[in-house]
Amino acid sequence: MADDSGSIRTAEAAASSAGDAILALLGGFIVELREAGLPVSLTENLDAMEAVRHIPLEDREAFKYALAATLVKNHAHWRAFETVFEVYFSLRGKEYAVDSDGDTLDLDDFDLGDADGQGEGQGEGQGQGGSGDNLSQEELAEMLYQSLMRADQPMMRAAARQAVKRFAGMEPGRPVGGTYYLYRTLRNLDLDDVLERLMEAARQQSPETLTPLEERLEHDEYESRIEELKQEIETEIRRRLVADRGVEAMAKTLRKPLPEDIDFMHASREEMISLRKALQPLTRRLAVRLARKRRHGRKGALDFRATVRSSLSYGGVPAEPKFKYPRPSKPEIFVIADISGSVAAFARFTLHLVHAIGGQFSKVRSFVFIDGLDEVTRFFEGSDDITEAIHRVNTEADVVWVDGHSDYGHALEVFWQNYGQDVGSKTTVLVLGDARNNYHASQSWVVKEIEQRARHVYWLNPEPHAYWDTGDSIVGEYGVHCDGIFEVRNLRQLERFVDHLV
Amino acid sequence: MSNDGSLLGEERFESVDQVRKQLSEVNYLSDEGIAGIVFLADRLGKPIMVEGPAGTGKTQLAKSVSELLGARLIRLQCYEGLDESKALYEWNYKKQLLRIQATKAGDDAVDWSDLEEDIFSNEFLLTRPLLEAITADDPVVLLIDEVDRIEVETEALLLEILSDFQVSIPELGTIEAKQIPLVFLTSNNTRELSEALKRRCLYLHVDYPDLDREREIVLMKVEGISESLADQVARIVRSIRQLELKKSPSVSETLDWARTLVLLGVDNVDAETATSTVNILLKYQTDINKAMKEFKNEATFRRDG
Repeated sequence: MADDSGSIRTAEAAASSAGDAILALLGGFIVELREAGLPVSLTENLDAMEAVRHIPLEDREAFKYALAATLVKNHAHWRAFETVFEVYFSLRGKEYAVDSDGDTLDLDDFDLGDADGQGEGQGEGQGQGGSGDNLSQEELAEMLYQSLMRADQPMMRAAARQAVKRFAGMEPGRPVGGTYYLYRTLRNLDLDDVLERLMEAARQQSPETLTPLEERLEHDEYESRIEELKQEIETEIRRRLVADRGVEAMAKTLRKPLPEDIDFMHASREEMISLRKALQPLTRRLAVRLARKRRHGRKGALDFRATVRSSLSYGGVPAEPKFKYPRPSKPEIFVIADISGSVAAFARFTLHLVHAIGGQFSKVRSFVFIDGLDEVTRFFEGSDDITEAIHRVNTEADVVWVDGHSDYGHALEVFWQNYGQDVGSKTTVLVLGDARNNYHASQSWVVKEIEQRARHVYWLNPEPHAYWDTGDSIVGEYGVHCDGIFEVRNLRQLERFVDHLV
Repeated sequence: MSNDGSLLGEERFESVDQVRKQLSEVNYLSDEGIAGIVFLADRLGKPIMVEGPAGTGKTQLAKSVSELLGARLIRLQCYEGLDESKALYEWNYKKQLLRIQATKAGDDAVDWSDLEEDIFSNEFLLTRPLLEAITADDPVVLLIDEVDRIEVETEALLLEILSDFQVSIPELGTIEAKQIPLVFLTSNNTRELSEALKRRCLYLHVDYPDLDREREIVLMKVEGISESLADQVARIVRSIRQLELKKSPSVSETLDWARTLVLLGVDNVDAETATSTVNILLKYQTDINKAMKEFKNEATFRRDG
């Protein structure tokens, strides 16, 4: 009895403090956003709490947008926000709850069969009370195919759930991240093959042969549907992970870094894409900022002649000093980049950035090396498509001398022999690489020579500071001759360096 | 106007759906996010910062909202070098001088302090867009266009009006808003806006529309277009946007292209028509070449397959 009344009381309290519960929930959500690196201020926090009061809570999408509008003020942070949101609220919502309904599959809803023997499977499904566990692998594949063909969202979701259940091999409590499961599921589904089948079907349906344009359009259409399916699968995996291990633990594992914090050396394919997207606005912003910096601020040197001239109007007292019009010279940039496997992505981004803001420098020359060295400036000249140029750098530059393992010593030597005389007092030399020299000779005298001749020599290292000078890394040996070694692991650090450079 | 003594006044919208419906009545196709944020802006009395690629209808959103509310649109176009005399208010110096001279010409009885009070009064104040927006009696929508073009220091001008809806004029005191207008700020993201500004706004990112929405926009805005053509246009544009281009086609360019196709009497876009008219969609030669190459590549791919 006592128990009963107690539970009733708590229920009442819960009902009356439903508003408080939401606030508490939001509080936790915001803490999690901050953990993920999003800057959320106190005012924004209050705004979010105010905003959700005006939004019907059962409308998940509206709820999400209300939070996003008040909490996320940078589009690049959207992915990170979305992930946190999905994790945090994944189990809080009717259709997202993990219960028996969610796991079973109502075959009645989906008319699988045309005439190819699917009727049997369907009947069986009904007999089993709508559980989809007894679908054979072929039937599941067929279901997937049909859902993609018709762009049938609920069916796609059901298929995704089934696929995850069957192929991901998820075991409770196993400390594996979502990507692993995603990989396993996708490998089993073989979506490339499905795409080919869809295209084949499209070709047959069309009365005439498809023109290349139509072909292309069909292809893009199916690809976008498959992308949708992948997202369904990802959602499903996330949902199961959260159900298994709890929100807090998963929020930590599934956290997506902001694009400016993605580590160049360990970026996944998807992260690379978001990096590339973030790079373009970044270069534009940098260019505007640098140009402004040059135009405004700081006066030139004292113009003695003009000062004396204007002093005449004050009876010879130099009351008003005059300054020369400032003409800060633009630096000349030489980029020497290691493009061997591990640091290739970093080199690519830095080359892209430097060339994209090339207008801020009087001249940009770039060299790439692995164990041999080649000048690649020609790829960037005459073409305003930097992506294309970078692609050519990767494929056409002649950078292998012996075995294709990084040899900084030899590369630097070649640079000094062939291009050393071009380094002048206005030149700033950037060397990009992790200085992992595979135990070859360092030839660090070259860097010393360059330093004596050039204005500045900077070394940019994509490795975390703690790894420098461990193993075959000899960055310290080169570093003593440089004006600075910078750890540049992500766009944020790269941006800061370029700012410093100009 | 206000019934609970707050400045918020009457709520302009009932629900998100209503916003959405009314927007489509004035030929603006919104999505869940856009309508939701306009609704919230009204309820919370906060400005909306609209960001996104050029030509996705950021400015149009403000125009459409003002149209559906029957409100006057006050627009402040930002540019480098904008200052408070162009954005907030300015004293009408000429008129002030005339007044001083007129007083001198008359009798000498006028006290200087009277005169000072006189020439720094409302009569001599020229209102600029921001001040005008908050002192207006009729309903207004304030649009601060391309706010990323002003310098960081100038942003500070906007802060007072955006957070408190008031303007402080040293000679006159603080002028408070009679009503809270809906405020839209647009930005092309050429530079990072200051935290202080962002914090005061609701943030809305308008991206290129998805396939369905773009098709509907084309159908709505282009007269005499058939459904199949609109569908084709939307699909081709989507494919082009997937390429890595210097400048992806914007919605307005899509519409221009669709109009061109209608004028040319095309009802089925084939590769040839696309090639000859693609310069309406893409403005850089490298982009055009790339798009052409891409579509040709598919041809070889098909022959292999």
